[in-house]
Amino acid sequence: MTRCGVLALQGAFIEHVQLLSALGVDTVQVRRPDQLSGLDALIIPGGESTSVGKLAVAYGLVEPIRRMAQEGFPIWGTCAGMILLARDVGFGQPLLGVMDIVVRRNAFGRQVDSFEVGLDIPVLRTVSTGAECGRPFPGLFIRAPLVERLGPAAEALARLPDDVRIAGQAGAVVAARQGKLVATAFHPELTGDSRFHRYFLAVAGS
Amino acid sequence: MAEVETGGWKIKTGLAQMLKGGVIMDVVTPEHAKIAEQAGACAVMALERVPADIRAQGGVARMSDPELIQRIMDTVTIPVMAKCRIGHFVEAQILESIGVDYIDESEVLTPADEEHHIDKHTFRVPFVCGCRNLGEALRRIGEGAAMIRTKGEAGTGNVVEAVRHARTVLGAIRRLQSMAPEELMATAKEMGAPYELVVQVAQLGRLPVVNFAAGGIATPADAALMMQLGVDGVFVGSGIFKSSDPARRAEAIVKATTHFADPKILADVSKGLGEAMAGLEIRVIPEEERLAGRGW
Repeated sequence: MTRCGVLALQGAFIEHVQLLSALGVDTVQVRRPDQLSGLDALIIPGGESTSVGKLAVAYGLVEPIRRMAQEGFPIWGTCAGMILLARDVGFGQPLLGVMDIVVRRNAFGRQVDSFEVGLDIPVLRTVSTGAECGRPFPGLFIRAPLVERLGPAAEALARLPDDVRIAGQAGAVVAARQGKLVATAFHPELTGDSRFHRYFLAVAGS
Repeated sequence: MAEVETGGWKIKTGLAQMLKGGVIMDVVTPEHAKIAEQAGACAVMALERVPADIRAQGGVARMSDPELIQRIMDTVTIPVMAKCRIGHFVEAQILESIGVDYIDESEVLTPADEEHHIDKHTFRVPFVCGCRNLGEALRRIGEGAAMIRTKGEAGTGNVVEAVRHARTVLGAIRRLQSMAPEELMATAKEMGAPYELVVQVAQLGRLPVVNFAAGGIATPADAALMMQLGVDGVFVGSGIFKSSDPARRAEAIVKATTHFADPKILADVSKGLGEAMAGLEIRVIPEEERLAGRGW
């Protein structure tokens, strides 16, 4: 059975834990470095990236997680997690810096500009069954970041569709993968749709 | 063309979910806001006076100057909340128009309407509201609040009322869970709460939105106490900037909120913080000056 850690310093970690548990995955809430041992995968949840980054530094989690990522350990960051995985966010805050992506924080504006949109995510086809097939994935963008530049080592998993209200950002990369590192600007853990979690577990187990 | 929806319920409640396990700090200047952000606050509440000063100075307390709020918004990258008076939907319209991330319809300010709260469904910006018991929490959610905080007694540095209100709400939820389905209607009537929400709470075993504690939290141990009681995060108002070393205390409270169940870490972060804010015994506050009783 897969044992998945969820970084539980601040933010929406319980939602990931609940979704993983429903998939029969064993979970560990990670607040200290010793809780990283014995894991098969790690999720860095949404929250405030400055708050999570600061606590990760204070409790000695940055170096061990960075080392794990560099050694090919599967890690998925959602929203604030994407920010922490990025190599550059144009802002002086603690980062893991392990993914070859440049991320812009609060890329769509403030909370009143936060939005929901259906996303076409080709890689989810491999884990979709029955009625899920072909259904757009609910993309919740809450003061969300986006991938401004994708380095050669990373590939895009999802892009924003065309719409006047997100004009200028149409086609922007909102999910990316580099080896076993995955990043999403949106929040699959808030949707009840477990396809992205199943996709990550498949990446982790591959 | 894709369907894009802003201001939906999941987007409103979702931001509160991102704040969980965190500390929301009252700040009165951009400099305070920077200190709060650097200490690891997950959001700040921008206001002209902290509750302890509102209490000391008396008079009518209103929405803060939008210019001050704007300057705080320009200073930090974390979400910025601001308070409007209970029932004052025009103050709320103003706060929404300048782009605050959350509005607190707050009993800390002088109420503008003694019967009605704001119809919060009509706004794109999400609201947080205070409560003392489950019925009050569910009335506010019924009106569209996307986040709840137990009231405590703001500006006292005394956690006793925060504990009372959190225990009252969480205890009532536990009692609902043990009820037979046919008992829920009479309970909803008794609480003055929408039946559908009472049923939902009985099924979920928690509020359908995020629930923080507020009002009197002044130390790392206070924050951890509220977390162990079962709230999702804490608001700290006067407790930080009325203490002798705000930056250090702010950071300690952030750490205590994350490691709320780890007494060793709590001991460590509680060391050498200097003077906490001077506290107020609740009994010495005349009934009419208690803030928690505002709101209906």
